[in-house]
Amino acid sequence: MSSPAKAVTAISRTRHSHLARLEAESITIMREVAAEFANPVMLYSIGKDSSVMLHLAMKAFYPAKPPFPFMHIDTTWKFREMITFRDKMARELGIKLIVHKNEDGIKRGINPFDSGSSLHTQVMKTEALRAALDKHGFDAAFGGARRDEEKSRAKERIFSFRTAGHTWDPKNQRPELWRVFNARIKKGESIRVFPISNWTELDIWEYILAENIPIVPLYFAAKRPVVVRDGTIIMRDDERMKLLPGEKVEERVVRFRTLGCYPLTGGVASPATTLEEIVAEMLAARTSEREGRVIDHDENASMEKKKREGYF
Amino acid sequence: MRPEDLRAYLAKQHGKSLLRFLTCGSVDDGKSTLIGRLLYDTKLVFEDQLRALEKDSKKHGTTGDDIDFALLLDGLEAEREQGITIDVAYRFFATEKRKYIVADTPGHEQYTRNMATGASNSDLAVILVDARKGVLTQTRRHAYICSLLRIRHVVLAVNKIDLVGHSEEIFRTIEREFRDFAEKLDFATLVAIPLSARFGDNVIERSAKIGWYKGPALLPYLDTIDIDTDVESNPFRLPVQWVNRPNLDFRGFAGTIAGGAVRKGDHVVVANSGRTTTVSRIVTQDGDLEVAAAGDAITLTLADEVDVSRGDVLALSAARPEVSSQFAAHVLWMAEEELLPGRQYLIKIGTKTVPASVTELKHKVDVNSLEHFAAKTLQLNEVGFCNVSTATPIAFDAYADNRDTGGFIIIDRFTNGTVGAGMIAFGLRRATNVHWQALDVNKHARAEHKGQKPVILWFTGLSGSGKSTIANIVERKLLLAGRHTYLLDGDNVRHGLNRDLGFTDADRVENIRRVAETAKLFVDAGLIVLVSFISPFRSERRSARELVMPGEFLEVFVDTPIEVCMTRDPKGLYKRAQAGEIKNFTGIDSPYEPPENAEIHVKTQELAPEAAADAIIARLQSVGVLP
Repeated sequence: MSSPAKAVTAISRTRHSHLARLEAESITIMREVAAEFANPVMLYSIGKDSSVMLHLAMKAFYPAKPPFPFMHIDTTWKFREMITFRDKMARELGIKLIVHKNEDGIKRGINPFDSGSSLHTQVMKTEALRAALDKHGFDAAFGGARRDEEKSRAKERIFSFRTAGHTWDPKNQRPELWRVFNARIKKGESIRVFPISNWTELDIWEYILAENIPIVPLYFAAKRPVVVRDGTIIMRDDERMKLLPGEKVEERVVRFRTLGCYPLTGGVASPATTLEEIVAEMLAARTSEREGRVIDHDENASMEKKKREGYF
Repeated sequence: MRPEDLRAYLAKQHGKSLLRFLTCGSVDDGKSTLIGRLLYDTKLVFEDQLRALEKDSKKHGTTGDDIDFALLLDGLEAEREQGITIDVAYRFFATEKRKYIVADTPGHEQYTRNMATGASNSDLAVILVDARKGVLTQTRRHAYICSLLRIRHVVLAVNKIDLVGHSEEIFRTIEREFRDFAEKLDFATLVAIPLSARFGDNVIERSAKIGWYKGPALLPYLDTIDIDTDVESNPFRLPVQWVNRPNLDFRGFAGTIAGGAVRKGDHVVVANSGRTTTVSRIVTQDGDLEVAAAGDAITLTLADEVDVSRGDVLALSAARPEVSSQFAAHVLWMAEEELLPGRQYLIKIGTKTVPASVTELKHKVDVNSLEHFAAKTLQLNEVGFCNVSTATPIAFDAYADNRDTGGFIIIDRFTNGTVGAGMIAFGLRRATNVHWQALDVNKHARAEHKGQKPVILWFTGLSGSGKSTIANIVERKLLLAGRHTYLLDGDNVRHGLNRDLGFTDADRVENIRRVAETAKLFVDAGLIVLVSFISPFRSERRSARELVMPGEFLEVFVDTPIEVCMTRDPKGLYKRAQAGEIKNFTGIDSPYEPPENAEIHVKTQELAPEAAADAIIARLQSVGVLP
């Protein structure tokens, strides 16, 4: 692979290329938030989209560091490799990282196996996020959602207004014209900001490749201990995952298209060990990335419902 | 895929350009079906989405056993149930040549604002018509909104051509009619294409069923049209977004270039102040650039220590934007609550936010017929041509020359909602040429001569609350104490200065604006001004407050419950309002917004008028207005 500096020149030379335009749009949005809000935060979920966001934030404010902290909502069920990667990135880039866990949820023993994916996500992710935003008094929070991910997200604004209770009302969104974003809020209200709204999954991978952006190794194929449960390949990342009768742990070559809580993230059989191979696989892919996420299958329009409640 | 194929593929990807387009038309015209078809035929629909689509088609679909492509798009639950598209949705697909971002916008008149939102970021519009129905009122409206938002390229997609027997004659009639209308709208290109979204004819490739049509199919046309606008040959503009100061040695001005190009060594000017300097560096994390152009997000450092902050616009010295506090603009109103000329809003243009008001609504435009009508206000989805006045001068260009430096949003100061969008037509006069007349005898001198501190005592409250009674007593007491005063009373002013105004919301706003300006002049004259007006809206009271210096405005809330006012009814007005003889009566069919932070709060049920007046005098003493 070419060095990062060279890859970048390739993008800047074709300034009108879609990646250059998407990059500039995202940087514009990030600077606008830094300028307009008193206390913004960037949500950092450690996945590939977050890696791109982090990379863009470093560019947006260069030579300064991003003028806001990064926050990870740790459900305590993330892949161990994700946590290692998170701490390494924060250290190397010299950014401020906040890790928030829902201690009450931990005490109540909420987990994806016994509580179900729905309750687990609600308590450890949605409620934890709301509590963390309130605790630190953040008035703007960057998220890495993209409009191509899911139907209700296709109508999401880039600046998405949330009431003091963090709820989203799809019928009451502010019109968003040109590059002029309305950042005005009252005390307690907040804005969720989605700087990579207009990127597609393929754009993300192409950009990671072009800019040589570090990502969690779980995206690359390797032999991993997995259990096949209800047709989904689950990686058994630690002993907390109890085996059901008849289940056994196998070593298989798998990788992940998205990353989340390991019990809720399906792996795919794949030999792709380089970024080029991942992109090639993407191009031939016939299923969307969200299929690997267990929460979307719960019910029709489930994402819209979660969003109304304050999920990202 | 072999590694060398992949490398070739990726090289091609990087070279791809991006085209943002808008589709407009009502659901019945097959708009969602067309986009669904584009996504499906460019293989952007994945297998799991297709399975979900088949399931949904059976449940909500309108195409029998066939797949209903429209369901791919209608994302929000309410829309799927009602079969309508109520908000702008963004879709993504790619071909060998280009990447596309599609703004899918609703067609009904009540969603004009959503269409304008989608249009604001698009380079091209696909306007759909149903071949069976031809050019409708809504087709004309869509074309007008596109031209208003300055979309330069239009495709007229004559859909459902299969349902009219693929008739050339029908197609030509529709095309001719649309071209006649569009002549007034100044599009750079206009192409009409007959197609069937449902069956895919003339969408991806030309269909033999429409053999008489010799032009390109829709997608090949979109792939080849040259939309590279001349933004780079425009004059250079950089609205400063963020001042980057990581340490004492670096001071950079970050922003996204809104037009033209800038080179290292260029002479630039800070538009507002007129200060000039030279570009030292164009900084990015990937290394310094020699030149940067429209669309690039960069950071400039300057040779001199000039005063530059967020909201300033940097331009080439040789080609500067206009700087003025007065301009004419088209405004599209986007809120349920009407636009009121004279009311103070915020406008955000580029990175600058300033208080502003519409000083004159010249006419409104019927979005269906393009006819002009006189109007006093603008309602939701209406378009008007207005004079706008900003609190401080701003730098701008005509919207026709530059979308980023000529387009603005209007924000309500209380709800913070985005209530309108504006497109600047031209500056009304150069603010730099209009100087305040500096006077030798000033407010301070006049006040000193009278031995007092000038102030406005603004009495607000319902009709019959006792405002005038209390204000009169206060004035009498002040006069006895040797103070110089003047009392502006609602009823009296309406007989003279404001006799041309009625009681609609728009007239109430203007009524208060004039009174506030008058009170300001009296403060300048060194007087203690008592204003006794219902003044029902917070916005206008705030505007009045902001006309004078801090401490010169004291709001007196004469708080009397409406039931009590109705019992008192000194002029018999409540009785007549309730009988329907008086319209727009505050408290009956027109709202009263009580003050949230009045300096003086008089509860008339607890305090008789004399005692209330004494309390107000005591307050004036405690804040130092009276000795």
